[in-house]
Amino acid sequence: MDSNSNNIVQAKALGKQVPSPEGTLTILDDINLSIKQGESLAVIGVSGSGKSTLLGLLAGLDIPTSGKVILNGTILNDLDEDGRAKIRNQSVGFVFQSFHLLPGLTALENTALPLELAGSEQADEIAKQKLADVGLSERIHHYPNQLSGGEQQRVAIARAFAGNPQILFADEPTGNLDQKTAKRIIDLLFKMNKENGTTLIMVTHDNAIAKLCDRKVIMTGGQLSEDT
Amino acid sequence: MNTLKYAFTGLKRDWYSGELRLIGISILIAVACLTSVSFFTDRVRRATEQQATELLAADLVLFSSAKIKNEHIDTARESDLIISLNESFRSVVVKGDKLELAEVKAVDSSYPIRGHLRTSENLFGKENITDTIPTPGSVWVDSRLLQTLQVKSGGIINLGAAEFIVEKILTYEPDRGGDLFNIAPRLLMNRADLDKTELILPGSRIQYRLLLGGESEKIDRYRKQINVEDDDHLRIQGIKDARPEIRSALERAEQFLGLAALVSIALAGLAIAMSAQRFAIRHYDVCAIMRCLGLQQRQITQIYFFQLMLLGLICSFIGCVIGFFAQEGLNQMMIGMTQQSLPEPSWRPVLSGVFTGLITVLAFALPQLIRLRKISPLRVLRKDLTPAPLNNYVIYALAIMALVLFSPWQSGDIKLTIYTIAGLFLTAIVFAISAKLMIKLLRQLQPRLKMAARYGLANVARRSNQSVMQITGIGLGVTVMILLTLVRTDLLEGWQNRLPDNAPNYFLINIQPDQVANIKAYLSEALGKDVELHPMIRGRLSKINDDNVNPDDYDDPRATRLAAREFNLSYADKMQEDNRLVAGNWWSQKSSANPYFSVEEGIAETLGINMGDILTYSVAGQDISGEVVNLRWVEWDSFNVNFFVVSNTEALQSYPSTFISSLFIPDTERSVLIDIVKQYPSITVFDIDAILKQVRAIMNQVVRTVEFVFIFTILTGIAVLFAALQSTHDERTHESALMSALGASRKQVISGLVAEFMLLGFITGLLSAIAASIIELALAEYVFKMDIIINPLIWLIAPLVCCLIIVATGLFGTRKVLASSPMLVLRNT
Repeated sequence: MDSNSNNIVQAKALGKQVPSPEGTLTILDDINLSIKQGESLAVIGVSGSGKSTLLGLLAGLDIPTSGKVILNGTILNDLDEDGRAKIRNQSVGFVFQSFHLLPGLTALENTALPLELAGSEQADEIAKQKLADVGLSERIHHYPNQLSGGEQQRVAIARAFAGNPQILFADEPTGNLDQKTAKRIIDLLFKMNKENGTTLIMVTHDNAIAKLCDRKVIMTGGQLSEDT
Repeated sequence: MNTLKYAFTGLKRDWYSGELRLIGISILIAVACLTSVSFFTDRVRRATEQQATELLAADLVLFSSAKIKNEHIDTARESDLIISLNESFRSVVVKGDKLELAEVKAVDSSYPIRGHLRTSENLFGKENITDTIPTPGSVWVDSRLLQTLQVKSGGIINLGAAEFIVEKILTYEPDRGGDLFNIAPRLLMNRADLDKTELILPGSRIQYRLLLGGESEKIDRYRKQINVEDDDHLRIQGIKDARPEIRSALERAEQFLGLAALVSIALAGLAIAMSAQRFAIRHYDVCAIMRCLGLQQRQITQIYFFQLMLLGLICSFIGCVIGFFAQEGLNQMMIGMTQQSLPEPSWRPVLSGVFTGLITVLAFALPQLIRLRKISPLRVLRKDLTPAPLNNYVIYALAIMALVLFSPWQSGDIKLTIYTIAGLFLTAIVFAISAKLMIKLLRQLQPRLKMAARYGLANVARRSNQSVMQITGIGLGVTVMILLTLVRTDLLEGWQNRLPDNAPNYFLINIQPDQVANIKAYLSEALGKDVELHPMIRGRLSKINDDNVNPDDYDDPRATRLAAREFNLSYADKMQEDNRLVAGNWWSQKSSANPYFSVEEGIAETLGINMGDILTYSVAGQDISGEVVNLRWVEWDSFNVNFFVVSNTEALQSYPSTFISSLFIPDTERSVLIDIVKQYPSITVFDIDAILKQVRAIMNQVVRTVEFVFIFTILTGIAVLFAALQSTHDERTHESALMSALGASRKQVISGLVAEFMLLGFITGLLSAIAASIIELALAEYVFKMDIIINPLIWLIAPLVCCLIIVATGLFGTRKVLASSPMLVLRNT
């Protein structure tokens, strides 16, 4: 356990290298970052700057080659894939650019999935409530291909909040949406974030969205700098 | 742009990136399976034929009533064939005051070219295989001659002008056959002694034989060189002209092997089609970019055509090499089982393997890849622009077309092929419809299911079309696998059971009508069961309707022979149990005095006899005419007494006849035979035990071969399963990563997959079992002409086995999916 309990996510001397034909390629280099509980953080940067890699490492989707990530007091490096999956299931929610709903499951089933994975008995009831929260009560039995892009992202948001996560990771959540829908989704995301007291870590290109966050960091060539 | 060069570099690139590996491996498996099956069946077929040649004692025999012309012998020598000459004739053998007419055969040291002689030291004593022939001055005689002449081993007998020592008892000679029922006691002598008997005189009735052995190509060539028509005395017999029971065993062997090979091709084609579909989908973007950069549609077609041809050639050759080693492994296994090695393989399967590889890849993969030419260059901007999908049923239609192309070559039996293709086609349609319905039905259950089952069902249902294709593809494979299992267990056992352990092993012939009642009573008491005696009347077919039967009018050598010889006719009130009517009706017990004939369907076809024809037989100098009122199928394999032509009792009862019976007499009760021979010296006992053993050995080899071939069919079936799994690999990888990102443990991801595969397995197994049972019944009824009862357990076992196979193979095939990093969800946007 880490001593600083106020920081829900911490990255210490985080580095990620991958082998390439030209030798080792450094994607992230000596990243140090602390995010407080309830804080919202925007990670901005150009394409290929390492934003998504950083998000993946912070969320425990991948493991760093050097340094460590402490998520909710647990050092992720010490866990195996199943251990990290458990942490993700209990503490983390995701919203992706491409929504990533399972096409064979209905809106309700998609929303209930993380709860079912956690073994919840009330998965369907909670999922229905969350879908109502995002305004989709009428469409719970629809399959993803029967929903618009905005609706799919709302289902994704409902799914992200279904397990009452402490941290929400959002990867370009409006990247695939038109401007008008994007605004509605961002409003919904921030509203639910506030209501649930969730920590939000969001990767975005959009400065306007980034400004809505409490804090902004900029990724450049695998290195992180604070935007003041 | 040099499309060939681009195709070659593209081939290398796609191979290394794994893109083409699936198609390549499928071709490789297909060709390896096919060539190993071809190599192996080629060798087994030759081995089986070789075994059958034992019944001729050679690969080819020239019979002549005059001395065999030197030119025939010289041609054989020039053709590098093994030669053995023998003469056979009937002559009286004398021992003191006892005389007996015997069938004498004078042989040289090369006899027999195929098979072995067997002898024993004492009457009904232990048999020994020998490679020698009687030494000059001595003869070997069979047990009957020994008994009737009351001579012992070492005794002296007279044959013609010479004296001979009885050296051994001849228990078996491979080519003792001929007409089974007209056989006198046997005597085997050395050809060197022939002159001193002074029996070979002008006008003597002697059958001269030239036995030939050698490689089948040389034999075939020799057979074509010999002009039988120029020589009135000459008759030629190869193994295909051998007796009906052997011919039917061989034909059936070829049918089984052909069927298995056919199925392997179909399954491999499906695997290739599925892999090619995935390859095509993964090349949409590449093609869009190339089109965008100015490549013409024609060039795209050329590139993929060249790629496929190159891939087909390379993989076919590698497949041939693997096939060669695989069949060699099988051969090694066979040596252990049969203590007999197979003949060396010929190189023909390599040619057919490469040809098949190319045809298969072009027929099954090209249609998928040709679609790539229709990729819109606009796809670089709009990813949703995909060419119209190729209807899955088009693939099945292509598969059926390819089957039609391949089948005559593989199975060599049109009827079996038609049934098989029709069965597969119908099964495919029924499968697709049933699978779709079942999925639709099951989807209603989805909300009520728990996580893993819900996820599994969702996957099956969401990919409804793909699932239908998978169920149909795998289902067809499993159907045939079950079918072959059923064929093996039900049909083969049924077939083998026709020759049960207590199949007749002796024929009693030359029973006089006045002896019938006594012999029947004696045998029934001695053996404890009823014994049937059948009347036998010799008659020559002289007319069909108003046309005289002339042997020269027939092209078919078998027909010529049948038209020339005397028939064994019989009469009966009831049809024999192992016969089945194929046309017309059996006469009622109290039929009118009008003669009616019942003809075996094979001979009817050969001689051109139809229902309603009036046949005229010349029996004991009188003509008897009667209508053909039914055609029969006869189970020749049963070794029961059977007749080509049977009349109603009233028609032939008054003609001179002898009676015949077939009996099973266990070794322990052979004394019954000695008693019979003593009481009724005129009766001839004919021992068919040895021939039976040989027929049974051939059947066993066939069964084992089908089992081996069947293993390959399962392998190709599994290839289909892999191809089906690979076609959903990308989606599965992504979903698994997503599940993992959402917090699913490895166990949870696995249970989702298990649920999906179990469901697929269950549906597939259930449908396969039903389909296979129906096809099996059809095959049994119309092709094998047997009654079988389908084991109802198969409908329970098949889904279970399918679940096991599909879950095990599925998990193995998706092991990389399970290892996918959840990071994929961030990268694959």
